[in-house]
Amino acid sequence: MKPGYYFWSGDIAAAEGAIAAGCRFYAGYPITPSSEIAERMALRLPQVGGKFIEMEDEIGSIAAIIGASWTGKKVMTATAGPGVSLMNENIGLAAMTEVPLVVVNAMRGAPSTGLPTLIGQGDLMQAKWGSHGSYEIISLYPDSVQETFDLMIDAFNYAEKYRVPVIYLIDGMLAHMYEKIYVPPEDDIVRIERKRPTTPPEETLIYKADDDLVPPMPRIGEGYRIHASGLTHNEKGYPELTPEAQEKLVRRLNDKIRKHAEEIWKVEEYKTEDADVIVVAMGSESRSVRFAIELARKEGIKAGMLRLITIWPFPYKFIEKYDVPYIVAEINYGQIYHKVREYARKVELLPKMGGAIHKPEEILRAIRRMI
Amino acid sequence: MNPMEAMRMEEEKLLRTDRLPHVWCPGCGIGIVLNAFLRAFIKSKMDPNKLVMVSGIGCTGRTAGYVNVDSFHTTHGRAIPFAVGIKFARPDLNVVVFSGDGDLFAIGGNHFVNAARRNHDLLVIAVNNFTYGMTGGQHGPTTPTGAYTTTTPYGNPDRPFNIPHLAISLGAPYVARWTTYHVMQLQNSIYHALHRKGFRVIEIISQCPTVYGRRNDMKTPLEMMHYLQKYSYRKDDATFEEMELTYNGKIVVGVFRDVQGIPTYEERYEEIIRRAQK
Repeated sequence: MKPGYYFWSGDIAAAEGAIAAGCRFYAGYPITPSSEIAERMALRLPQVGGKFIEMEDEIGSIAAIIGASWTGKKVMTATAGPGVSLMNENIGLAAMTEVPLVVVNAMRGAPSTGLPTLIGQGDLMQAKWGSHGSYEIISLYPDSVQETFDLMIDAFNYAEKYRVPVIYLIDGMLAHMYEKIYVPPEDDIVRIERKRPTTPPEETLIYKADDDLVPPMPRIGEGYRIHASGLTHNEKGYPELTPEAQEKLVRRLNDKIRKHAEEIWKVEEYKTEDADVIVVAMGSESRSVRFAIELARKEGIKAGMLRLITIWPFPYKFIEKYDVPYIVAEINYGQIYHKVREYARKVELLPKMGGAIHKPEEILRAIRRMI
Repeated sequence: MNPMEAMRMEEEKLLRTDRLPHVWCPGCGIGIVLNAFLRAFIKSKMDPNKLVMVSGIGCTGRTAGYVNVDSFHTTHGRAIPFAVGIKFARPDLNVVVFSGDGDLFAIGGNHFVNAARRNHDLLVIAVNNFTYGMTGGQHGPTTPTGAYTTTTPYGNPDRPFNIPHLAISLGAPYVARWTTYHVMQLQNSIYHALHRKGFRVIEIISQCPTVYGRRNDMKTPLEMMHYLQKYSYRKDDATFEEMELTYNGKIVVGVFRDVQGIPTYEERYEEIIRRAQK
């Protein structure tokens, strides 16, 4: 898009952010409240020489983008919680075979079909633990249409840099909310491309990691004759079904993210320097929390907010940094609350089952209770 | 060097010989199908660096891992959509799906019907051994009615897929069926299909003496081969009824459909890109 100001929904910003980040392949299946991302991609990708395909289901969608990613393209799919539930087996495959991709999850009220058109934040744990086994992914969650665009560039960059699936969380409110947005000039967008092998095919072990624990990724069709398998594999990519191979591979898959966690963490510290109580919030919910912080401060209560932008790997050092009571305000019955409880002295959960964000007054009452 | 030795050397270049021995049981038919595929591919003189093999899960799902080309061992049932992503992203690559009946038609059935309907430019080699072999011989979507398996101890009450009928009904431009007894016909058919475009389906009835044959009066590979030899007959214009497989019954083989000129999904999308960029 030409640089300048636009009036977009979160869904449109997610699609445009992806294109700006270099995404040129999208496979998806419609689901509220993410369908407008597919619609935008269907319109825009062929304009920029990209490819869009509507698949038969979410399982096929993620399988297609994993395949396409091996051709060297930056790839994405978008869905909501029910779709992520279906995709999870292949999210595990992408983590195991180290395939860069972005999955947008526009979270709606859950469980099951829940509240298709209304907000939920019930998929925060699913983003990290959805597939079987111990693995790490990266998950980001913006709170405005502008940030949905800007952060999408980071999402693709992380996926490429660490060869990992990135679960890009938005919510039903953000997906459908329209705001003014600024699209920066092309030169201001920093894009990271995945590392490629610098050695000829006969000397390349496709799963031999560099010092950063990330192996360079060849493109298929260029003579590397790669083999990628969801089975436990060695540096050649060959299945090796032993505890030793499992230890080496699974440890590295986790450590390549854990050891770079501080580079991946993004947290907004809002009026936290002097805070006596801190509210932890994410996404659309943080907009109400921000308002509640102002109300509390007018009453003389020094309240602040930690807005988690990186959800996974969990930015625990920001929680440890403040020795104050915490309130976790989330649209579920306690998810990130449990993570915060691992690192904080005193924590209270302010839950809402879904369909709406908290009213500022509800958050204010919780803040008063903590003082 | 005689031509057989020369072919063997060419084949070995296309195999990951450092991964041998393979996981397949003695007497298994999958190796025969792989051999036929490799010979057809060598004969085609196509570039191995542009060949991509995609398999799902199961005995046949292990095939991609033994072929020395870009190859993927994916999740159960998802070989086709994975291959769709590759082909759509890079239409110049030659993408072959090599998987089993349970993988392609039970757990992956939805992908098969939709990819065939869209006419993606993929060659699907479907090895049908009537059972889930890797998990110990349970009944699957192609097990003939009445057959004995570990999950049909009183005989199979279920009805099997008629795969050629299914593929033809979806508009697949090339549909053939062979058995592992028909080595030369299979090889020629694969060679032929490699030169065609669109969603091409070759079903190969293959023997699994280890977990299927022994429960169905064919204890040895030889007995299974005898069955494939004695009960199969070629009829290219077979009716859909004749294509149906029954318990220890007749097996009609042949090239049931071979039409050209149906645009592939990938070709049709090129037109979409042209329109979008006007």
